Amino acid sequence: MTELKHTKLHSTHVALGAKMVPFAGYDMPVQYPLGVLGEHKHTRAAAGLFDVSHMGQCFISAEDGTFETAAKALEKLVPASIQDLEPGQQRYSQFLNEDGGTLDDLMISRLGFEGHTHKLYLVVNAGCKDADYAHMRKHLPEGVTLDVKDDTLSLLALQGPKAVEVLARLNPAVKDLVFMTHTDLPLTQTIWVHISRSGYTGEDGCEISVKHDDVIALTKLLLAEPEVEMIGLGARDSLRMEAGLCLYGHELDPSVSPIEAGLIWSIQKHRRSADAGYLGAARVASDLADKTTKRLVGIQPEGRAPAREHTEIQDMDGNVIGEITSGGFGPTAGGPVAMGYVARKFVKAGTPVQLIVRGKPRPAKVVKMPFAPHNYFRG
Amino acid sequence: MSIHFTEDHEWIAVDGDVGIIGISDYAAKALGDVVFVELPDVGAEMGKGDEAAVVESVKAASEVYAPIGGEVTEVNGALEDEPAKVNEDPQGDGWFLKIKISDADELEGLMDEAAYKTYCEGL
Repeated sequence: MTELKHTKLHSTHVALGAKMVPFAGYDMPVQYPLGVLGEHKHTRAAAGLFDVSHMGQCFISAEDGTFETAAKALEKLVPASIQDLEPGQQRYSQFLNEDGGTLDDLMISRLGFEGHTHKLYLVVNAGCKDADYAHMRKHLPEGVTLDVKDDTLSLLALQGPKAVEVLARLNPAVKDLVFMTHTDLPLTQTIWVHISRSGYTGEDGCEISVKHDDVIALTKLLLAEPEVEMIGLGARDSLRMEAGLCLYGHELDPSVSPIEAGLIWSIQKHRRSADAGYLGAARVASDLADKTTKRLVGIQPEGRAPAREHTEIQDMDGNVIGEITSGGFGPTAGGPVAMGYVARKFVKAGTPVQLIVRGKPRPAKVVKMPFAPHNYFRG
Repeated sequence: MSIHFTEDHEWIAVDGDVGIIGISDYAAKALGDVVFVELPDVGAEMGKGDEAAVVESVKAASEVYAPIGGEVTEVNGALEDEPAKVNEDPQGDGWFLKIKISDADELEGLMDEAAYKTYCEGL
């Protein structure tokens, strides 16, 4: 077994009493003494701090110093429109293979800081990052550089209705960000961060990229605020599930297109044709046209029994129509929640289905996501 | 009345031919917040080591195995609405089921409270 990697906060997690588990090659906190349920509810009520330093952070820039060259290069690899990003604007997108299957999902920001607005900043999944870097190195043209920052940058997320209030105590300018925008600013006299108003919980909040050397000090500073609790991967999963957000390896994999995964909102209109010029564009266009392909839906089990990943979904006649990709208990929803793929004709909210849990069919229905309302700050 | 423990962290309290089965404090802590318990049907027959119940935390589902064999005579219906009882009082109000013991000899090989405590300390 290969040795698990540690984030710079590893000893901090252990000192806080976290239960550590292997995740994407890292030894990561799954929960703290507060427990998954308490951490989940705390994040929705106040502010939860997540160490997400296992995720990959990198920059793309062009040697000619223009944003246009870098943006055009990245547009060959993702469905999202990049050239029209304003300085400080952030978009969610995916890396696709030639067949339009999903290799990873990621956040892309155009830096807003003067003198750096030609640069793109990417955050990718921990479990995919090495393959992502190789994919980019293979496909980015000469003159466009990938600069991987995993040796120098950590990543924190502060999420919840009090998150921005807490950060604004350190620098009031945090309040000026709106959902899916990004900037660079100092949080103390010495700690500068890349900060975006985004996250993975459905709540308002920020993701904060900070130097390895500063991450422990910043974490201590944030934890000293009365609204802030440390949150582990367990609650991170239940929070994103209630928010209806995809998790790579569950809802997304190399066989699934972003159209099937319900991510059409992340593909701007002029990027939906087969000749849009990025890897996998043909599949995106054909899945849009072909009404027979499967779709990701929310599934609400009746009763209290959770339906976990790989649970079979049947129609009311007992025919297999799909499979649960993520499922569990939603502490805010107050009951079981699940997501899964079903054949196209079963996607309508309210459609009754059966879930085969431990050999027994249990009633459920297709529902609109999210299971807990999104509380994004759109200005 | 005697109490016995398995290596899988179930307990069985024995009074005559009646056994009450649940999961230990150690197991309840390790599982975290319990959100659902699936209990067997009254009247079901189970052998030693058979799946007796399923306990679900926010994160995952775990099987609970019968420490010894018997017929299910009663289940703790209160857990349906209040699964958190398993965390609050796993070796009391958070019990899972009662069985009519079919063969008391099967208790041999289970741990008493002191032996189980030592076992947990070694984990």
